[in-house]
Amino acid sequence: MIFQKSVLALLFASAAGALGALAAGPHALAVWRHWDLETGRARQLRLERRSSLVSTGMSLLLVVQAVTLLLFVFNADRMASQFVGAMCAVGTLQVDGFGFPALIARIAVFFGSGIWLAMNAVDGRCRDYPLTRPKSLLLLALIPLLALACGLELAYFRGLRPEVITSCCGSLFSSGSPAVTGDLAAWPVERAMPVTFVVLGGAACLSAWVARHGRGGLALGMAGLLAFVVALAGVVAFVSLYVYEDPRHHCPFCLLKAEYGYRGYAFYVALFAATAAALGAGALAPFAGRGRSPASAARLQSATRALGGVALGGFLLVLLMTAWQITASGLTLFPHG
Amino acid sequence: MRAWINRQSLLVDYTLSALARHGGRNLGLFVVYSGIVFVLASTMLFTDALRREARLLLAHSPEVLLQKLKAGRHAYLTREDLESLGQVRGVSRVEGRRWGYFYDPVAGANYTLMAPGVDPPDRGRIDVGDGVARARGLAVGDTLSLRSAAGGLFVLVVGRVFSAESSLVAADLVLMHPTDWEAFFQLPGDVFTDAAFTVDNPQEVRNVARKIGERLPEARVILREELLRTYASLFDWREGILLALAGIAAAAFAILAWNKASGLSADERREIGILKAIGWDTRAVLTMKMWEGALISGGAFAVGFLAAWVHVFHLEAALIVPVLEGWSVLYPRFVLTPAVDAVSLLTLGLLTVLPYTLATLVPAWRAAVTDPDQMMRGTE
Amino acid sequence: MSALIELAGVTKVFHEGQHNALVALCDVDLALEAGRITVLQGPSGSGKSTLLSVLGCLARPTSGRVRVAGEVVSNLPEAFLADVRRRTFGFVFQQFHLIGGLSARTNVMLPAYPTGRTHSEIARRAAELLGQLGLEKLTDARVEWLSGGEQQRVAIARALINDPRVVIADEPTANLDSALSAEFLGILAGLRDEGRTVIMSSHDPRVCEAAVVDRVVRLLDGKVEA
Repeated sequence: MIFQKSVLALLFASAAGALGALAAGPHALAVWRHWDLETGRARQLRLERRSSLVSTGMSLLLVVQAVTLLLFVFNADRMASQFVGAMCAVGTLQVDGFGFPALIARIAVFFGSGIWLAMNAVDGRCRDYPLTRPKSLLLLALIPLLALACGLELAYFRGLRPEVITSCCGSLFSSGSPAVTGDLAAWPVERAMPVTFVVLGGAACLSAWVARHGRGGLALGMAGLLAFVVALAGVVAFVSLYVYEDPRHHCPFCLLKAEYGYRGYAFYVALFAATAAALGAGALAPFAGRGRSPASAARLQSATRALGGVALGGFLLVLLMTAWQITASGLTLFPHG
Repeated sequence: MRAWINRQSLLVDYTLSALARHGGRNLGLFVVYSGIVFVLASTMLFTDALRREARLLLAHSPEVLLQKLKAGRHAYLTREDLESLGQVRGVSRVEGRRWGYFYDPVAGANYTLMAPGVDPPDRGRIDVGDGVARARGLAVGDTLSLRSAAGGLFVLVVGRVFSAESSLVAADLVLMHPTDWEAFFQLPGDVFTDAAFTVDNPQEVRNVARKIGERLPEARVILREELLRTYASLFDWREGILLALAGIAAAAFAILAWNKASGLSADERREIGILKAIGWDTRAVLTMKMWEGALISGGAFAVGFLAAWVHVFHLEAALIVPVLEGWSVLYPRFVLTPAVDAVSLLTLGLLTVLPYTLATLVPAWRAAVTDPDQMMRGTE
Repeated sequence: MSALIELAGVTKVFHEGQHNALVALCDVDLALEAGRITVLQGPSGSGKSTLLSVLGCLARPTSGRVRVAGEVVSNLPEAFLADVRRRTFGFVFQQFHLIGGLSARTNVMLPAYPTGRTHSEIARRAAELLGQLGLEKLTDARVEWLSGGEQQRVAIARALINDPRVVIADEPTANLDSALSAEFLGILAGLRDEGRTVIMSSHDPRVCEAAVVDRVVRLLDGKVEA
């Protein structure tokens, strides 16, 4: 195991998240079973009190989880210099078999946290706490996810040995690679580019509609997820080529390097934020229609609108950055225009 | 939004006045907290700076080094070896280097005696690293007497002293004329300690190194990137040990913070009860308490970090150098270039502010959920 | 005129489900009209303070329904109950409960801190209220330097900072001599004349029989006596 400060900080943060969620588990279960605002019985008062602790503590821990995703990637990129054969984060993540699973688990935690934070924020503003029970259920679902992410991270860091010879992004993200990444790299640009722009544009339009009307969150959630997957595929298929000005370099991680002005961070932060907002809007949707109090319905709607706005901003930024990347690049893939 | 800002600013206002009134309780905590940040930040700033120095230093060193071995022991390279190696495809230049170690009983230290291939000092003159100069009290124009391996006394005049800024490794260096060097170590004129290769295409370094190794199977080939990696992990390991120790301290500190935060004085309990009774809700009190935590940890973080900055970049990290260095008797005295990066700051924040906030959250919440009707019930 | 505060079947149990469970209020029905001075009277332990807490949204009833200005508040979670409390009620406590080490003005301002108004706005209103109560010279004095009567007036100013419709006072005259008690009742009459509702608890006959009092509600063993 590599004994390094960022590794320690990451492990600490994810362990705190997992343990915190685990500690909040019994409370979440009790809320799911016994929550009843209509009574002023001792148990209900106890639950309400404890909720203020759980919601503050989990908000803190889940915001930290979101920040540590960034640190996780940054750290992987930085440690690449310590492994033979690694050129960027891909090399570090491939040192052992747990790197990519850990990253995927972290991303899942990020979106799960985003949805929980959105629900929590809206819930606290409504008098009848309409989301308290669903929020508890989500928290219960997050416990195994956080534990899994923490376990994978520990396994990954334990397997990081300086003498391991790893492979770089060139082998994983090339059209010859047998993995799914290879298929993405082989996705022809003339098809990948229009599909990416249409899907991202569609998601942006839908976000704008949701931001205006405060409805349609469910559709936005699904569109956001689709846009996320397509945008990542688009990065591998063609955005990367324009950034590196090299028709064979498909790596989505080299974007994060200083050589390219860290532009990958801007791109991914916008994409992740937009997707999280879209998913949040989707998570709020099932609770908008049912016979809640008019004030809560209005709150839910305004929250959906705000999330739609964030998603719109994020997707527009992603679109603009992609378009700028293509026009500003010295690489020409279509000689006739 | 405006209301939110007003609310927060008033809560901060109240927190500050509460800290002023009950601040004594938090003073010890603040000192310990700053101390922990200081140790962690000193370690990080120092090792980050060392890593940077090493990287800069090695940036000028050759991509590939080769040492000849015989029966597993170091052996000298001959001129023929060098000529043969220079023909390997991809090698743009090969240079035979001549250097050796010398133990100076006067200073009780090891020097590296080297005869540079280009631009050596004149015969009878030497250039010395600042570590050597310090150990022997040398300035330009002074003479240095060394007793060679064969027993002969060499009197050499110092022509130049490398500045302290130059690097970590130059500290124990003594540069001399090749003829002096041969005489000192009693070696023939056509042997070399090792060979340095320049490779133009960085993508090809590993292949070239492999081919060099094939020419001289019983030789050790060292790549610059491997050296970098070794340095980096060496520093990492040392840093990790220190951080783990500091982490134990941080855990103890978190327990202390929990204790302190739980042990609200009767006055504070009463105050929070009053605030609840006159219209503050749990969230307002919890926010106020979180502000209190943020002010304490923000203040301690700033104080600890600034102290660490001064300690590392202006006081030569005097307190942690003995732990982090220590592979050479001649401690290089060097001034590190001040720098800090976002990852280190973020990491430091995660390792200090997060545990403190978590440790104080539950006690803060306990205080915040005080029943507002308790004041009415007269349970004082 | 419809009632400002209505209680229907309100029961409050402390330490519910434990061996020391205590029924403080038992099935209380009560309606209080706006613009009146009402006194809750009863021996100690009769549930006066608990009833004031429930009326003033300091505590939620274990069962039963509370309406304030037509709005059901008995099922509101704490954060929103506190919001209703801040907007509707001002409290004057028996022990005044001022915070030592702070000036009279800051003490008066505190209930308005979570409301989102600006500091200068609140400070202006606090100075105004202290002036109306004859404390303009003492706004910057620390509260522990003030006499008992002055402290009570600071507490009254604090109760009024959020401009509440209802002022609730718990045993307000217990720590005052008869001259100060009379002065206090005068202040309450003034508040009523401004259109506010006053509810207080007391077992002091001077208060219950005072001319300014519009209504006396008698409590015994957690029940309202007819």
